[in-house]
Amino acid sequence: MTKLIDRLKANFRIKNVTMQRADLIFLTVPEKQAVSLITYLRNQENFSHLVFLTAVDWIEENKFQLNYMLHNHGFNFSLGIRVMINRQKPVMTSIHHLWEHASTYQRELKEMFGIDFPGSPEIDQNFILEGWEDIPPLRRDFDTLKYSERTYFPRTGRKSHDPRKFMKSKIYPEQGEER
Amino acid sequence: MLQETVTIIAYAFISLLVITIYGLTLNGLVMKIVARVHGRFGPPLWQPFIDIIKNNAKRTMIYHGTMFFLGPVFRIAGGIGTYLFIPAIHGSEVFANFSFSGDLLLVMYFFFFGQLGMALGAGESGHPYSAIAVSRGLAQMTAFEVPFALSVISLAIQYQTLSITGIVSAQQGGILHWTVFTNPLATVAALIALLGMNMHSPFDIVLAPQEIPIGPPTEFHSAYLGLLQTNRAIFNLAKLVLFMNLYFGGATNILILIIKTFSIYMLSVIVGVSFPRFRTEQSIRFFLGIPTILGILAVIFQKL
Amino acid sequence: MLKNQENQPQKLANAGLPEHEKYLFCDARPRIRHPFKGFWEKFLNWARANSIWMLAYGTGCGAIELRPLMTARYDVFRYGIAPRPTPRQSSVIIIGGYCSVKTLKRIIRSYEQMQNPKFVLALGSCTINGGMYWDSYNTINRIDAYIPVDIYIAGCMPRPEAIIAGFKKLKQLIKSGKAEGANLYAENFDWYKANQKKIIKDWNMPDYNW
Repeated sequence: MTKLIDRLKANFRIKNVTMQRADLIFLTVPEKQAVSLITYLRNQENFSHLVFLTAVDWIEENKFQLNYMLHNHGFNFSLGIRVMINRQKPVMTSIHHLWEHASTYQRELKEMFGIDFPGSPEIDQNFILEGWEDIPPLRRDFDTLKYSERTYFPRTGRKSHDPRKFMKSKIYPEQGEER
Repeated sequence: MLQETVTIIAYAFISLLVITIYGLTLNGLVMKIVARVHGRFGPPLWQPFIDIIKNNAKRTMIYHGTMFFLGPVFRIAGGIGTYLFIPAIHGSEVFANFSFSGDLLLVMYFFFFGQLGMALGAGESGHPYSAIAVSRGLAQMTAFEVPFALSVISLAIQYQTLSITGIVSAQQGGILHWTVFTNPLATVAALIALLGMNMHSPFDIVLAPQEIPIGPPTEFHSAYLGLLQTNRAIFNLAKLVLFMNLYFGGATNILILIIKTFSIYMLSVIVGVSFPRFRTEQSIRFFLGIPTILGILAVIFQKL
Repeated sequence: MLKNQENQPQKLANAGLPEHEKYLFCDARPRIRHPFKGFWEKFLNWARANSIWMLAYGTGCGAIELRPLMTARYDVFRYGIAPRPTPRQSSVIIIGGYCSVKTLKRIIRSYEQMQNPKFVLALGSCTINGGMYWDSYNTINRIDAYIPVDIYIAGCMPRPEAIIAGFKKLKQLIKSGKAEGANLYAENFDWYKANQKKIIKDWNMPDYNW
């Protein structure tokens, strides 16, 4: 598979090649070259399967990281492509013309992270959250606890126990709280 | 004159009441038997009665339109109509009902009448599952009506009458006079059609109970559903009494009626608990196959 | 317990619907239906308690505990409990476990389509105080702010035995005439609607789903 990486390196600006397993390699490409790399991998290198498309919020670096996981069924080999995009204006080129189901992943990313994919079908429709008005909930600056306390009606008197200690004190009260 | 009218009406009510109670008990019994086959305790015997009381005790009802309102009314009119034109017990004054010389034709008509009224009512409820189930039900009914009608034609040729009372009288005087022995082909064709009529398992795609579509009554609730449940008991028993009269020699007292109808019903219950479900097109193909051929043969043999 | 509603407006606004669809939906308010008095109501309550039809609608993970109820091992049919596929005919809705905002909308639709003596059984700690999803952005914390609940069954998940025990308790409530959730809902309709509309932002259904 090093041959494949060499071939890719000849044409694309590839950084941070990490070998996770014998059959899984991650690499980073710039945003501008991402779609052409994916198209090349799909058409020339037989990576016919888009396994998933997810995002990671690097709030400290002010970046979103998109993960495209492609799979080559001939060699049973997976290739993860990391694309770092700007967090302030998160816009990425859609790949729904390569795989139809990519549009579903892109809808989810739009809803959960606010990453826009212009031209992707039904991108503006609700995916899971119906009528969400706050900032997208999977961004790290979104405080779910505060939102939950503000929106829902928390019942008072909620108490958390360590299950191991609690059950011990219940079943063997003579042994005391410690141990 | 007045006294006679009152007597006739009172007799009709008594007959209807007895048959309703018996029909509901039979439903409960069948639920119990099915549960025992599954290895469960099952609901109590009087569960259908409680269900009907509960449904009629609901405090609100939703109105979808005139036909929606009339659907259950037509259905129960079909059920009561079917029953009241069949002489339930041969020779009994109370249970003779409104039998007359051409009642077999009228009964055949009433079989369809309730279903059609229900189809219109379910259509107005606007629920898509109702429409699906109505189309399935009418298709299946048209299919099982063919062997049944052929069988009845065969009987009409055999006994030279369209009166149920006449057919029953012709079968008196010994077990070998019953149609099941004198005309077995017609009996088998009609009994297979009965499986479809009773809507037990191989042919219960119409109701498909406890699944996504419950069938035409999807949108019926409260007292509407109470009417439909009452009708299921009456109509069910009307069919059984008709089959008992046509093929199994009728009944001369109520005990024989109970034994015979219960045995006939057990046929479809046993088939129901042992066989999985047909799809609509499979059941139509089934009814238009062997049962129809048997029916045609029965007619031909009677004509020979 | 039940008060009159004469000073309230009798029509619902149905503001969530588009203008061309408004005529399709009913805009009447739910009304309190007073129970009969004395023996007759006791008899009817006995019938209601012994013929509980539950809406076969699994709203969360708890629905997996409802399936064994109908098997030979637990067999709830012997208590007169049966599943029904349509809310019109069922008398009890079971909130099975955690309830997201999206599900809550469907629960409200189903609950409002049920006919008046109707009961709610809430399973699991998620319906009581949010359970393990108490700080989630999408899971409601307590269901009784949105629909009136008759019985809570604690546990994560409650076993089928616990659910049967809950049903028995519900039967006692119905027989003693205390399970008047539908009337409670009609009485405090505005409060429930305000709570529901607070979290369901895209309210695109009629205010009461008749």
